[in-house]
Amino acid sequence: MFIKGLTMTTDSSFARTLFLATIPLALFSLALSGCEKSPTTGQIAAGELAVRIGASAPLTGPQAHLGKDNENGTRMAIEDANTKGIVIGGRKVHFELISEDDQADPKTATIVAQKLVDNKVSGVIGHMNSGTSIPASKIYNDSSIVQISPSATAVNYTAQGFKTTFRVMANDAQQGRVLGEYAAKNLAAKNIAVIDDRTAYGQGLADEFIKAAKANGAQIVAHEYTNDKAMDFTAVLTVVKGKKPDLLFYGGMVPQAAPMAKQLKALALNLKFMTGDGGFTPEFITLAGDAAEGVYATLPGVTLDKMPGGKEFEKRFVAKYGAIQLYAPYCYDAVNIMIAAMQKAGSVEPTKYLPVLAGISYEGVTAKIQFDEKGDLKGGAITMYQVKGGKWQPLETLGAIAPAAH
Amino acid sequence: MEILLQQIINGLVQGSVYALVALGYTMVYGILGLINFAHGEVVMIGAMLALSSLTTLLGMGIPPVLALLLSIVLAMLGCMALGYSIERIAYRPLRHAPRLAPLITAIGVSIVLQNLAMMIWGREYHSFPQLIASHPHTFGGAIINDIQAIIFILALAIMAGLMVVVHRTRLGRAMRAVAENQHAAQLMGVDINRVISITFMLGSALAAIAGLMVSANYGLAHYYMGFLLGLKAFTAAVLGGIGNLRGAMLGGLLLGLIESLGAGYIGDFTGGFLGSNYQDVFAFFVLIAVLVFRPSGLLGERLAERA
Repeated sequence: MFIKGLTMTTDSSFARTLFLATIPLALFSLALSGCEKSPTTGQIAAGELAVRIGASAPLTGPQAHLGKDNENGTRMAIEDANTKGIVIGGRKVHFELISEDDQADPKTATIVAQKLVDNKVSGVIGHMNSGTSIPASKIYNDSSIVQISPSATAVNYTAQGFKTTFRVMANDAQQGRVLGEYAAKNLAAKNIAVIDDRTAYGQGLADEFIKAAKANGAQIVAHEYTNDKAMDFTAVLTVVKGKKPDLLFYGGMVPQAAPMAKQLKALALNLKFMTGDGGFTPEFITLAGDAAEGVYATLPGVTLDKMPGGKEFEKRFVAKYGAIQLYAPYCYDAVNIMIAAMQKAGSVEPTKYLPVLAGISYEGVTAKIQFDEKGDLKGGAITMYQVKGGKWQPLETLGAIAPAAH
Repeated sequence: MEILLQQIINGLVQGSVYALVALGYTMVYGILGLINFAHGEVVMIGAMLALSSLTTLLGMGIPPVLALLLSIVLAMLGCMALGYSIERIAYRPLRHAPRLAPLITAIGVSIVLQNLAMMIWGREYHSFPQLIASHPHTFGGAIINDIQAIIFILALAIMAGLMVVVHRTRLGRAMRAVAENQHAAQLMGVDINRVISITFMLGSALAAIAGLMVSANYGLAHYYMGFLLGLKAFTAAVLGGIGNLRGAMLGGLLLGLIESLGAGYIGDFTGGFLGSNYQDVFAFFVLIAVLVFRPSGLLGERLAERA
């Protein structure tokens, strides 16, 4: 009966008013989400050359927290450059960030890519996922726009013969090889189970992992699948349990890796759990709780404290945006290397600075960055981490050029 | 054998959550003929409200068990208010509009709720405090832990309670009357607006409990978690026969079982040709097969019987 008082006014004009009241609410939410897409702060002073830099990552959906982290890393680099006052070709330059949400969806990524091209960006930092970077790369290549992905690791991304695609992170072949070797050799795993999330990234990494593990004498006893929106893995984990492996590798991102670690424990699967860079976030530990202890993960590059400027970057980033999720330092490097190439070439035209970028050598916060002829990171150091005492602790840095220690 | 048993347990636990959410879809459909696509988001809001009140209460130094119970109540009240407002603001003005209009509105409400939750609770995943120490129990080699057992038993109890409400109380009779014929019910003196509001509130309260169960079981809450769950529960409702309460329960449990057994055995049956990536394909294949032979779902009544 307590609803009676509320339902008394049933005349249609009241209902209509209430209905209309939802419209501003919807518009308000649109406006708020729209805010994030507008160019960054700062007015352009007279005589300054405005240069647009595009960025794209999933800002909504299950990986939104990682996408926002990417955007923050990119934004910080651009704001730093504007504060410094960069001069290119004798003119003072003001950089503007145009950030787009690709929802981690390949179809949306192509629409967003076209939008960035139409906005006449000088270069693009993105996309975050391999599944979105690959379809978008064709659109950027057709318009000769430089694309530097901070985090797309699928081998295919740079293997399409495009001159415009670069990445500042080791690819899955490099990372998968380190993971597979480490599992089979250092951890002496004989029977290995693999689960991947069927995305370009997860599948690619799992395939490279399997190759390397097999080459080092391990057996793959199970290969199961999930997707990048799932939360329940008990069914596939039960299958894995039946095959009695001593190590499980997951190719995918943290929203799945963390509950998976938890469910492993709940199903009493006593095995070593290993994943790639997609699981290497502070969140993994808070979400998986006790189950995170002992889990292995890799992250391309070296630890921030080993790089010149790495610690300082971390301090400033944390003060401004909170804890680094995952790829923000790579975005920061990607922007800086792009700007460095523009400065060196004396032009913001992609066709002019592209050859300079291809041959550049840049000391970033994640690694010393040099590209090979495909646009991949040369050398590509990879660090293996393990959760110990509720924290990711670096075990060792494998492969590649040693960073210049300072 | 123990793997089969384990897969059945996995499926029943997952299925009981589907069933609770599916009840919300089916109750609204039964009474209004409307598919309330925002229901999945109500589940998410329920989980988020429970999480927020739980952390606040724990922060105030209230004992964990009491805090958990209080936060369940708060989440249920919050979701009931939300369910009531959704119906009042978004659906009631469209009750006599063409069927497509409320359907599109439902999708709109779902997007608005998702974005609101993203603004309020942020994009990150929240970890859900583990208050119930989870002891694993072994049954013939299969493992079920406390939370899973609680989810299963609580879900069955709630479903039984709902059946009693619908079939044994005055309110339930009014609900069934409105479902059968709105105009006739109104002529008999049933306040249909009130009945519809209460239906939405009941469904939303169930959604809040389901949201809490999911968060407690997986240990996380996120503004996007309602989407896939809502879709699966809707599938379960259709499988069982949308509009039918027993159908929603059966459909939910069955979908959970199909998924876990599908993921577990499809590889073995096809000699590794199809893997666990065909889990959803398998579930939808069963759904299509059921709908071919029984277009209104397993327990759904045929339209001819209603007319």
